[in-house]
Amino acid sequence: MASSPRELTQNPLKKIWVPCKNGLPDRHISQRRVCMTNCPTLIVTVGLPARGKTYISKKLTRYLNWIGVPTKEFNVGQYRRKCVKTYKSFEFFRPDNEEGLKIRRQCALAALGDVQRYLRDEGGQVAVFDATNTTRERRGTIMSFAQQNGYKVFFVESVCEDPDVIAENIVQVKLSSPDYIHCDTDKAVEDFMKRIKCYENSYEPLDEILDGGLSFIKIMDVGRRYLVNRVQDHIQSRIVYYLMNIHITPRSIYLCRHGESDLNVKGRIGGDSGLSVRGKEFAECLGKFIRDQSINELKVWTSQMKRTIQTAEALSVPYEQWKALNEIDAGVCEEMTYEEIQENYPLEFALRDQDKYRYRYPKGESYEDLVQRLEPVIMELERQENVLVICHQAVMRCLLAYFLDKPAEELPYLKCPLHTVLKLTPVAYGCKIEYISLNVEAVDTHRAKPENVDISRLAEEALLTVPAHQ
Amino acid sequence: MCYLFLIANIPFSDFFSLSSVPQFTNSPTLIVMVGLPARGKTYISKKLTRYLNWIGVPTKVFNLGQYRREAVQAYKTFEFFLPDNEEAMKIRKACAITALKDIHHYFTQEQGQVAVFDATNTTRDRRADILCFAKESGYKVFFVESICDDPDIIEANIMEVKLSSPDYQDCDKEEALVDFLKRIECYKMSYVPLDDEMDRNLSYIKIFNVGFRYLVNRVQDHIQSRIVYYLMNIHVTPRSIYLCRHGESELNLLGRIGGDSGLSPRGNKFACTLAGFIQSQCIRNLKVWTSHMKRTIQTAEALGVAYEQWKALNEIDAGVCEELTYEEIQEHYPEEFALRDQDKYRYRYPKGESYEDLVHRLEPVIMELERQENVLVVCHQAVMRCLLAYFLDKSAEELPYLKCPLHTVLKLTPVAYGCKVESVFLNVEAVNTHRDRPVNVDVSRDPQDALLTVPEHI
Repeated sequence: MASSPRELTQNPLKKIWVPCKNGLPDRHISQRRVCMTNCPTLIVTVGLPARGKTYISKKLTRYLNWIGVPTKEFNVGQYRRKCVKTYKSFEFFRPDNEEGLKIRRQCALAALGDVQRYLRDEGGQVAVFDATNTTRERRGTIMSFAQQNGYKVFFVESVCEDPDVIAENIVQVKLSSPDYIHCDTDKAVEDFMKRIKCYENSYEPLDEILDGGLSFIKIMDVGRRYLVNRVQDHIQSRIVYYLMNIHITPRSIYLCRHGESDLNVKGRIGGDSGLSVRGKEFAECLGKFIRDQSINELKVWTSQMKRTIQTAEALSVPYEQWKALNEIDAGVCEEMTYEEIQENYPLEFALRDQDKYRYRYPKGESYEDLVQRLEPVIMELERQENVLVICHQAVMRCLLAYFLDKPAEELPYLKCPLHTVLKLTPVAYGCKIEYISLNVEAVDTHRAKPENVDISRLAEEALLTVPAHQ
Repeated sequence: MCYLFLIANIPFSDFFSLSSVPQFTNSPTLIVMVGLPARGKTYISKKLTRYLNWIGVPTKVFNLGQYRREAVQAYKTFEFFLPDNEEAMKIRKACAITALKDIHHYFTQEQGQVAVFDATNTTRDRRADILCFAKESGYKVFFVESICDDPDIIEANIMEVKLSSPDYQDCDKEEALVDFLKRIECYKMSYVPLDDEMDRNLSYIKIFNVGFRYLVNRVQDHIQSRIVYYLMNIHVTPRSIYLCRHGESELNLLGRIGGDSGLSPRGNKFACTLAGFIQSQCIRNLKVWTSHMKRTIQTAEALGVAYEQWKALNEIDAGVCEELTYEEIQEHYPEEFALRDQDKYRYRYPKGESYEDLVHRLEPVIMELERQENVLVVCHQAVMRCLLAYFLDKSAEELPYLKCPLHTVLKLTPVAYGCKVESVFLNVEAVNTHRDRPVNVDVSRDPQDALLTVPEHI
């Protein structure tokens, strides 16, 4: 018969029960982490130039970091640029350019060295090695490196023969690269095409038979087709799923909050109130704005809370309700003003200011929980084209952080004012953002982090940054 | 902190809310299996159908073999399947047409959303006919082809599911195996797998050797994306899943629902007994999962092994009714109480959740259970009902009333097309927390009628 179970104590910030010794948390951490693997993962891109490897690397890195997996990309091209200060021409990449080959090999090794440092010393869990890696020999070198260090390797190959897609890639990201900064467009394109040629002869794509023992995904024709081989674990499965859902069709995502609500006006958080008079006005203006934008096949999503639905109703178009888009659950603090929270739960209030991302309201949620529940929304946003998401302050911060690659520390303080639409348009490797204020007055609901976050602080110090309300 | 995120987990009910028009797909989807006999087509069809129904997508399997068995009362030999058997060919084609008619009926008259056409569909002609049929009615088609050249796997398949089929019930095992292998040969000659070039415009997934490799072509929409993800996560490695609730809690004793209380003395005793039971089972590489609630964690602590906490495994949120007894719910929220009895699956507590919401939040748990091998899940009554309903293919109507008593471990072992269940009561007494649906669910009922089925408590 086992000895009596260990005592449990609840972590005051995250409200997680952990075993404790003498009232202090014991070191055994039983919380589930996405990666659940003792081995870090090395993702290795494969493909000719202008096949979207860097696009995929950056996007995947952004996604993994957002869901809480520390990830970093290592672009060998950047190492090469540091080494060879000025790029002259494609001749650097000729397969018979010994000097060039030496430098390129050194750069790859330098990058791998940094990968090692990141995964071993910097708490990294996934490293994305972004380079052409078009020869079996180069891939062999990488796999040896990985094996020595105990990393799992997952290859992501992008294969594309569509000349239009390749041309578009070059225009979007290559022409503005530091390599071609002083070149005129036509010359740059010509040089880059010759650069691609340098790789073509020695390119050995991943092969079903010869590379049958490796774990990889081959993406063909920008996502029309995928070959997936030997997915080893959970994180690889998630990566595959993500890669299979993203696309590059031009589109825009519109994010906004519900119109000003009655509880907003009173400075109360959470709840499920209806729109104020100004909120209704905003909804009408939003309807007009959307119509004026003449967006092709716009989908409209709301949460299941009254205020977002009322806002959508004014648009007179079909919309879908998502429970996952509901505002963060403030638990025992639901419908309180910040003043009331300070009065009734001063300790909680301080803890929240100390770590607003991880702090969980008693019987409620944290921003961290929110990100988890929003992941399917993000996945579906990736699949869709033009979408308007009418949501809430904390929710919008989480979504925005995903699109703009904001870290956990900044996320809970992103500015998402009422009555303002954010138009996000993917461009090159990132996202263009346009702020459109619809010119309808509303209260400010943004509470900045106060200077004093100590649990012993005075009430006025805690309430210093509370926005004005009725 | 449980980081296992929901994976594009949208309950289809979210799309069918009262004030909005469902937008993600107006067209029903026809999933068409492709592959030689004994390649796991029926296994995949049934499993996929179970999964889709569980997440709320009305789905049904149409197995051509069953139509054939109805048409040809007694199966004689593999000769029925010889490509030059004209009589048989006529019958088989007629069966296919009947099945497609039934699929059409399922979509148009029975609110079906996905139909799985489970047959070999190994010729291009047959697939063209199906595509034609689908096009006429505006159905989307997604092919699932299973390719396997490992003779061990094929033989194992035949042993597991073919020998016990109605076709071979009066046959001796050796004879049946020989006949079935000849049956496979009949198909091999005319088998044309989905082709990279010729079928490049079709939407499909090709599964090689039970999941080593997949080829995915032209996924059209959300449901196909989910289907692909699911198929890529399932495996056939033998394993068992153990489900149980936390030990009896203090609030259980008081007949109160929800909350976050610790174990009662009997609950503690159960936890220790559970440890002994788990050890005695000698389970290989067992993973242990709990929720974030104290009572499941305390239970796991007694096992003396590493465990993972999942927020997604937390008990259903009873909102304003948290920590109330049923008597108190009847007193303060009689209408809510009645509504819940009227439709326990869809009913959402004020500021709380419904069973339907629970299924939504448990979907990633199910997905990860599919990926894993031996797992013990220590959870809660409503949560366990949802998980059990997935494994045992229980409908939404039955789900909220599945019996999941305290101090009882359910051992689920996949076998053939389903799941074997062994229920092990660990001999530590506990209160009963199961409240049956009362006869009177009317909003106007008397309190006694409402409280008739409440189990005893302090």
